[in-house]
Amino acid sequence: MKWTALIAVCLTGGLLIYGTADMPDWGDPASPASLHVSPRYIEKTVEETAVPNMVTSVLADYRGYDTLGETTVIFTAGIACILLIRRFGK
Amino acid sequence: MISHFYDVIVQTVCRLLIPFIQVYGLYVIAHGHGSPGGGFQGGVILGASFILLCLSHDIQEMKKRLSRRAVLLLCSLGVIIYSGIGFACLFFGGKYLDYGKLHQILPVDLVGARSMGIFGIEVGVGITVMAVMVSIFLDLSSEEKEKGRPE
Amino acid sequence: MEFIVGKYNYWIYICLMMIGFYAMIGKRNLVKKLIGMNIFQTSIILYFISTGSKKGATIPIVEHGASAIQAGQYINPLPHVLMLTAIVVMVSTFGVALALLLMIYRRYHTLEEDEILRLRR
Repeated sequence: MKWTALIAVCLTGGLLIYGTADMPDWGDPASPASLHVSPRYIEKTVEETAVPNMVTSVLADYRGYDTLGETTVIFTAGIACILLIRRFGK
Repeated sequence: MISHFYDVIVQTVCRLLIPFIQVYGLYVIAHGHGSPGGGFQGGVILGASFILLCLSHDIQEMKKRLSRRAVLLLCSLGVIIYSGIGFACLFFGGKYLDYGKLHQILPVDLVGARSMGIFGIEVGVGITVMAVMVSIFLDLSSEEKEKGRPE
Repeated sequence: MEFIVGKYNYWIYICLMMIGFYAMIGKRNLVKKLIGMNIFQTSIILYFISTGSKKGATIPIVEHGASAIQAGQYINPLPHVLMLTAIVVMVSTFGVALALLLMIYRRYHTLEEDEILRLRR
């Protein structure tokens, strides 16, 4: 059992390390992640929302739906904890 | 399940420290526009201050400040603030969570209204995160203690 | 050499992920599995943060009165936003998982996986 797990983990790690050969270098300004939507956020955030902190403006304005969903997830987790542990009616 | 081994030094230091931690949490929420911070981080700091009160004092001491009912209400109050601001934008003729339309009721221009809307969202998120952290900690820690006690 | 300098951050995250993954599938204790899941999530978060970095760029906060903002001046804010929410969600899911473990312990009086499977039979 332990050896099967170890072999599976090493296989997964080896495949992932083999896959990093195609990844962009660390800190590469021309990596695909920093070319597609984030320049629009960086350049327009002050003139559109007057918020200097881009993380806040993207979090609450451009991606407000996403944050609403995350807040609901946290709320649901709290409610689930209460329903699981607390004993009602005793 | 927290044992009754309390120290006077720990209690005094925590009692002195907790107000400053809470003020710092409020600062992190309110100053999320210009510095690293925001609703999530500030909410976690506020929740951590209440958890520190639980750890250094008793849970009953904590419940005097913030009862379970209040925690549950605060949990849903944050989500209500968040979605309420979204519906207010809808009411003033914009899309859902389009804060620019709020300039009709706020004394600022369109860009400033978006900034104010972001601040409202952060407050809602902060309240929810703080209440959920405290709620999870209370449930996980005090379950055995209140077995025979009706709530 | 250039390959090592450019990619070694990914290898650190992969090693961290392997530790967490081994704890998830190899250990028998449910709490250890949970700790492994947290290590796994931490490695994913570090990986996402590192995809947002740019050489010679600063944190994504505009200085007061700065004009002519270039996209190369600031690091990518998008992975920070996604991971900021993911961290808090991670904490709350951890709370739910602990609650589930409490329920399991209440019913079976053990947290060892094979004993629970034996008791269920």
